[in-house]
Amino acid sequence: MENIEKLKSFVIDNFLFGKEDSFEYDTDFLAKGIIDSTGILELVCFVEETFNLQVQDDEIIPGNFSSIMKLSEYINRKLSNNYILVNQCAASQE
Amino acid sequence: MCGIAGIISLTEPGKISLHNLSRMASYLRHRGPNEAGLYIDDWLGFAQTRLSIIDLNDGTQPIHNEDNSLWIVFNGEIYNYIELRRELISNGHKFRTFSDTEVVLHLYEEEKENCLKKLNGQFAFAIWDNVKKELFLARDRVGKKPLYYFHNGKELYFASEIKAILSNRKIHPEINHNALNQVFTFWATLPGETIFKNIKELPAGSYLKLEKKKVAITQYWDFDFAAGEELVSYSSNDIAQYVKELLIDSISIRLRADVPVGCYLSGGLDSSGITSMVKKYFNNEVQTFGIRFEEKAFDEGEFQNEMISNLNVEHSEVYAANQLIGMNLPEVIWHCEIPLLRLSPIPLFLLSKLVNQKGLRVVLTGEGADEVFGGYNIFKETLIRSFCSKYPDSKCRSSLLGKLYPYIFKDTRNIVNLKAFFNFGIDKPEDPFFSHIIRWQNTARIKRFFSEDSISVQEGYDPYLALKNILPENFYKWDALTKAQYLEMKIFLSNYLLSSQGDRVAMAHSLEIRMPYLDYRIIEFMSKVPSYVKIVGLNEKSILKKIFKDILPDSIVKRPKHPYRAPIKNSLLKNNLEYVDEYLSERKISEFNLFNPSMVTKLKEKLTKIEEASEFDSMALVGILTSQILYDKFILNFQSIPSAPITFDLIFDRRTKNKEKSYLGKNAVVI
Repeated sequence: MENIEKLKSFVIDNFLFGKEDSFEYDTDFLAKGIIDSTGILELVCFVEETFNLQVQDDEIIPGNFSSIMKLSEYINRKLSNNYILVNQCAASQE
Repeated sequence: MCGIAGIISLTEPGKISLHNLSRMASYLRHRGPNEAGLYIDDWLGFAQTRLSIIDLNDGTQPIHNEDNSLWIVFNGEIYNYIELRRELISNGHKFRTFSDTEVVLHLYEEEKENCLKKLNGQFAFAIWDNVKKELFLARDRVGKKPLYYFHNGKELYFASEIKAILSNRKIHPEINHNALNQVFTFWATLPGETIFKNIKELPAGSYLKLEKKKVAITQYWDFDFAAGEELVSYSSNDIAQYVKELLIDSISIRLRADVPVGCYLSGGLDSSGITSMVKKYFNNEVQTFGIRFEEKAFDEGEFQNEMISNLNVEHSEVYAANQLIGMNLPEVIWHCEIPLLRLSPIPLFLLSKLVNQKGLRVVLTGEGADEVFGGYNIFKETLIRSFCSKYPDSKCRSSLLGKLYPYIFKDTRNIVNLKAFFNFGIDKPEDPFFSHIIRWQNTARIKRFFSEDSISVQEGYDPYLALKNILPENFYKWDALTKAQYLEMKIFLSNYLLSSQGDRVAMAHSLEIRMPYLDYRIIEFMSKVPSYVKIVGLNEKSILKKIFKDILPDSIVKRPKHPYRAPIKNSLLKNNLEYVDEYLSERKISEFNLFNPSMVTKLKEKLTKIEEASEFDSMALVGILTSQILYDKFILNFQSIPSAPITFDLIFDRRTKNKEKSYLGKNAVVI
């Protein structure tokens, strides 16, 4: 499953309890009251566990965590940074 | 403290069924286990079950006036009855008893509805004028005692609890979906509504008159706050001194009883203050009662123990283990007659049982102090959000919220989002619901669980508009804190705290609770005190703290407020409770058709899986489960046989024919 689909499915299952209604990739979960402030932390845990990432404190901001689209972009950025980081580490060891 | 019930025919005489009346009374036996009495004539019948507290021997009801034209059944206590009685005697009234009930009857005879303004107490009563054929029903100012009615144009039924009305088989209850919407927004129904269609609540501070077969409801009292120049300008020390004197008098008249009076003692400021005053000024032997929790986060044992040793009182406590809380929910819903979003009523239900077992019928409690003196976090939250609204660029906003909710803000990772959460609606300080909108919007998310049919029945209903329509004109003159106080008192105090967490769970075990902070003289005086005196900076209940600083240990006066709550997830989902699985099963959810079955299943799966449940998920669980229980117990499978049969100690039969002598038995009095 694509990352973006994994995220959508998690939000729909955990915060909308399966009821999709008009939920879209760019729906703002905070503005629409889909996820509350403690829900964001559930989402952070999911992201860390599913994508094997370390979310930094200053990254938990609406700019990264307020919609599936933004979250997906954030994860892709992190993953590619990690990839670059891993490659850089590997290159430096050679 | 008692139960009352009655039926009046609006079409033809001789139609009141004695059997139905007895049935109604039998559903109120827990409210009055000591005696029962009944009056019946061709147009009206009413009954009373009595918990005897004042004038144990002669206070049997119904009571009539000198010429038998006025009759009363009464639930509650009038604390200033001694003074009123004296006044009435000097005006020529003749008393047959020493009860407060008879005082109300004669005062009504003298002043009609204006009598209500002279009563200091908690009450719900019915007076029947059998000459004019007029019925008068009334409730106390803040709604400490309940009263409901059903009116179909032909008959009017009324009772202290809804179950007594529903015991009449021709009344078929249905869910009031608008009221369900209200509960899932405001945590309680709005004044006048119940969760059952066509069954109405007589709102707090109101009376109902039935004259010439027409029903009219009038509000005679409401919370009213001063603004601008009407506010008092005394120093906070003078205010504290004056309120202290009022409070001592309020306690003094609430100790009037012909039985011993105990105290609830939680270890918080409010109940500790009351208990200390009782012990210091009135009764050195007072017994106290408290709740202990299995989970540390909910338990106040440390402070309770400190107060017990400080006061040297005989204290008893109930251990509210999670399993016990979980097991007792269905019975509590039978008593509360409304869906809940919290389990807090259950430990109080267990506590009243303990008090009953100890042989006491009356306790004083600290209820109402948070509303009257400004104790709730939502008030401080309102002040902070008002500040942020005025100074949107201020850097100290998150540190202020952090001070208010240290347990939420302890996770520093989430501060940006928490700030965004508390910012909701901050750009609309003129919104009448500015103070409560975050809480209500968050609660309202539970409505997503409604079934398609529930949603379609509620289409077009706006609970906020319904609330706006009942706001008093003065509301718009008040500052943000005062508006918050009004909303809290008007909705949450009357229809949740005094009901589900008050009268219902106490009366379930025949216990009367008396609340000195809710004496109307204290409420009315404090409503003239400026907000900045009530909460100084972020120091809540500053007047009460001043009053108690020389009476209570520093550790109690200065301790941070501990909200009274009960554990939800660990009580309901970790104790193999069959009823929980049954009510939340897809089969039952589909059958009752209030909620969406697959969504409820997903919620339950989520809660079972995770370690710590969120506030929202916990509320949703309780809201859905209690709605299911209520639907089953009241709509599908109403308990058609009352738990205890009733025999009447006193019966007045004034019917002109069809007297059921054999049924009435030896206690019948025909006058």
